[in-house]
Amino acid sequence: MDYQYPEFEVVRNADRCIGCRACERQCANEVHYYDADLGKMMCDESKCVNCQRCVTLCPTRALKIVKSDNTFRENANWTMENIKEIYKQAETGGVLLSSMGNPKPLPVYWDKILINASQVTNPPIDPLREPMETRTFLGQKPTEVKRDENGKIVNNLSSQLKLEVPIMFSAMSFGSISKNAHESLARAAAELGTYYNTGEGGLHKDFYKYGPNTIVQVASGRFGVHKEYLEAGAAIEIKMGQGAKPGIGGHLPGTKTVGEVSRTRMIPEGSDAISPAPHHDIYSIEDLRQLVFSLKEATEYKKPVIVKIAAVHNVAAIASGIARSGADIIAIDGFRGGTGAAPTRIRDNVGIPIELALASVDERLRQEGIRGNVSIVVGGSIRNSADVVKAIALGADAVYIGSAACIAMGCHQCRACHAAKCNWGIATQRPDLVKRLNPDVGYKRLVNLVEAWNHEIKEMMGGMGINSIESLKGNRLMLRGVGLNEKELEILGIKHAGE
Amino acid sequence: MLREGEVRIPSGCAISGIFSKKGKMLNGRSIIDSIATMHDRSNGLGGGFAGYGIYPQYKDAYAFHIFYDNTSAKLACEKFIDKHFDVINLSKIPTKKVAAITNEPIIMRYFVKPLPNRLKESQLEENEFTVQCVVKINTTINGAYVFSSGKNMGVFKAVGYPEDVGEFYRLDEYEGYCWTAHGRYPTNTPGWWGGAHPFAMLDLSIVHNGEISSYDANRRFIEMFGYKCTLLTDTEVITYIIDYLHRRLGFSFTEVSEIIAAPFWDTIESMKPEDRERLTYFRNAFSNMLITGPFSIMVGFDGGLMALNDRLKLRSMVVGEKDDMVYIASEECAIRVIEPNLDKLWSPKGGEPVIVTLEEGLK
Ligand code: SF4
Ligand code: SF4
Ligand code: SF4
Repeated sequence: MDYQYPEFEVVRNADRCIGCRACERQCANEVHYYDADLGKMMCDESKCVNCQRCVTLCPTRALKIVKSDNTFRENANWTMENIKEIYKQAETGGVLLSSMGNPKPLPVYWDKILINASQVTNPPIDPLREPMETRTFLGQKPTEVKRDENGKIVNNLSSQLKLEVPIMFSAMSFGSISKNAHESLARAAAELGTYYNTGEGGLHKDFYKYGPNTIVQVASGRFGVHKEYLEAGAAIEIKMGQGAKPGIGGHLPGTKTVGEVSRTRMIPEGSDAISPAPHHDIYSIEDLRQLVFSLKEATEYKKPVIVKIAAVHNVAAIASGIARSGADIIAIDGFRGGTGAAPTRIRDNVGIPIELALASVDERLRQEGIRGNVSIVVGGSIRNSADVVKAIALGADAVYIGSAACIAMGCHQCRACHAAKCNWGIATQRPDLVKRLNPDVGYKRLVNLVEAWNHEIKEMMGGMGINSIESLKGNRLMLRGVGLNEKELEILGIKHAGE
Repeated sequence: MLREGEVRIPSGCAISGIFSKKGKMLNGRSIIDSIATMHDRSNGLGGGFAGYGIYPQYKDAYAFHIFYDNTSAKLACEKFIDKHFDVINLSKIPTKKVAAITNEPIIMRYFVKPLPNRLKESQLEENEFTVQCVVKINTTINGAYVFSSGKNMGVFKAVGYPEDVGEFYRLDEYEGYCWTAHGRYPTNTPGWWGGAHPFAMLDLSIVHNGEISSYDANRRFIEMFGYKCTLLTDTEVITYIIDYLHRRLGFSFTEVSEIIAAPFWDTIESMKPEDRERLTYFRNAFSNMLITGPFSIMVGFDGGLMALNDRLKLRSMVVGEKDDMVYIASEECAIRVIEPNLDKLWSPKGGEPVIVTLEEGLK
């Protein structure tokens, strides 16, 4: 009864296969094997997660992975997926686990927003001929001016983060991803003049040297948090929630808690690292304020504090509380944000789209006159430079990219990170797999990606006649919606195309 | 048809300004002559003037110039004014029939001072109290629009070519040490007189040529501080930003220009340390008030005039000098027509403010 026909079929073109067995060596899921008796390559496709590793590395292009066309009797309500999940749970009694971002066909508002360009009344600007600036500072902005006895302006800014590009790498812990992936991110952040984020797994001792480009995270599990760690980074992020799994804590399977991961986290090898849903010292907004200030005290007010929350229904009210809590930056993670492991039901059903969350948070903070108290960083999921431009025009100061960064390093979005056998050397701790990601290559690809996006951002800005990113921020008149209803337009604070 | 404020209308324009550093009283005729030469830069859909030093007999009172659509708006507004201000003098603003100017609203002028008990109750300082009253009238009394509210200065504007507007308001009967003028080329009709420029707030008056690309970023930011952009014009939002930076935060006009037309980072990095630090601080702390896209503006204020181009200088602007006189205009011809023998004529660089003020002791 529980037998399930494999989701994918491995199609091998026998005319092309030369029997080199590369696919066998490359597949950590042990799909491919050589049958000596038959003298040919065979496979057990039931284990395939469609990560495309064997396809990419087969020297003769003999392989492809296709979706199986075996189906149950068609039913729009009882889809095959729904039925299969019931079989699985009826058999195991367990919670379904998934990884990466919500794959459901829910609306992607970025794709229903269009960007403006200048014609006639206002000249477009060419980024190759005129200066075009994307430098951004994150942190609280003053509403008062201070002068010394000679009338000279005194810099009264609290600690800030300086970004050469409005893009940062979002939190992915060492543990959920490999050391080589972390190294790639850290080096890329340093070269780009931006920041990467440790996630909740602590900071590997080898990476302290990237501290000026590191955001260190403090999550409910407090793994790997100590004074030296807090002092190592350029900013501290308190993780209250994550877009992929609002309302629950981080989850690192024991298979990934090995060697250096366990030492960095300061927990025993092989133990599941499960962070509590809440921070046990934060049960309300006053408690958050205390944590913000104790972290600031611990680091002598030299580091901005970020509070990261998942985009949930009353996100605007929550953000307004955070903006008054002393935090310098709010990071909001949308429901399509990625994860290394999350309960499927939560990933697919909890939280709201980042576009709507961002628009309502930015608007609420402005209505309350406290938008300057905090910077806003959004993630989950930003897929390309146009998403970045739209996010900034809706009101974000900068964006976080996680899934896009993984993809740049080779991830094929197979959504099997929780199995800890990532064939691309990212979401795994198996040394033979980890070494597949060469940090020299990984870091360069990340740099290329962000530089390419930044160039595209400049071109789009130039088209709008804007030569500095600050003039794009919150500039919603540069956006129009297509195919959106009145309510959606109202929440996004934009007009419909043609208006 | 939507009125200005219900829809955002892009415009091209002509601007012109005259200033006497010695505080000589200049007849309004010369500014009409200057702006008239740039006739082709306007299209008859808006023109206006600001004069400074024109009401010496009432120089301590706020001069409100108000458009009314009808008498009921006038009644409601006058009731409001009486409740908040002591009215020292009121009259219709003298006009003369000009064929090209039609559909005029009721145009009134009031010299007022805040009622001391009202002022005390509000716990506001005199200027802020007046600003809030003006905003109240403009946003809540339908059909009433205060388009000038400074002391010893006044704005005169209408739908029409600027030279006709000047005749209409009989500007040759006024004298001031500073005049600015504006001819507008909106891409569609603004439909009412309030949409013409200069835009003014207290003694600050602004004429602007250009279309800024940072408009909505600036608007949404400045509205956090109690301003309400009702006209949706660039000039309005620029005025509020300058008011906020200068009057409320106490920045000098040079500093204001360093914030709204900040230099590029490359330039900032090559500056001497003190300037670099200040400009880096400005671009971080006040980044939301950076204005991008083409603009040339002239900012009139009590005792001075500032002219400023966007940092790329995407709009033309020239400055001429003769003795104590300073002339600023979109085109050289607008200066030559009133002063053919200039001592000096130059075109300021993008982002570089030209600030002229009355000589010591004249204010
Ligand atoms: S990698 Fe390609 S050629 Fe080599 S054994 Fe596998 S399918 Fe055959
Ligand atoms: S899991 Fe990946 S490597 Fe293995 S067969 Fe499937 S696609 Fe190929
Ligand atoms: S990180 Fe690896 S395991 Fe996770 S989705 Fe990407 S390719 Fe698959």
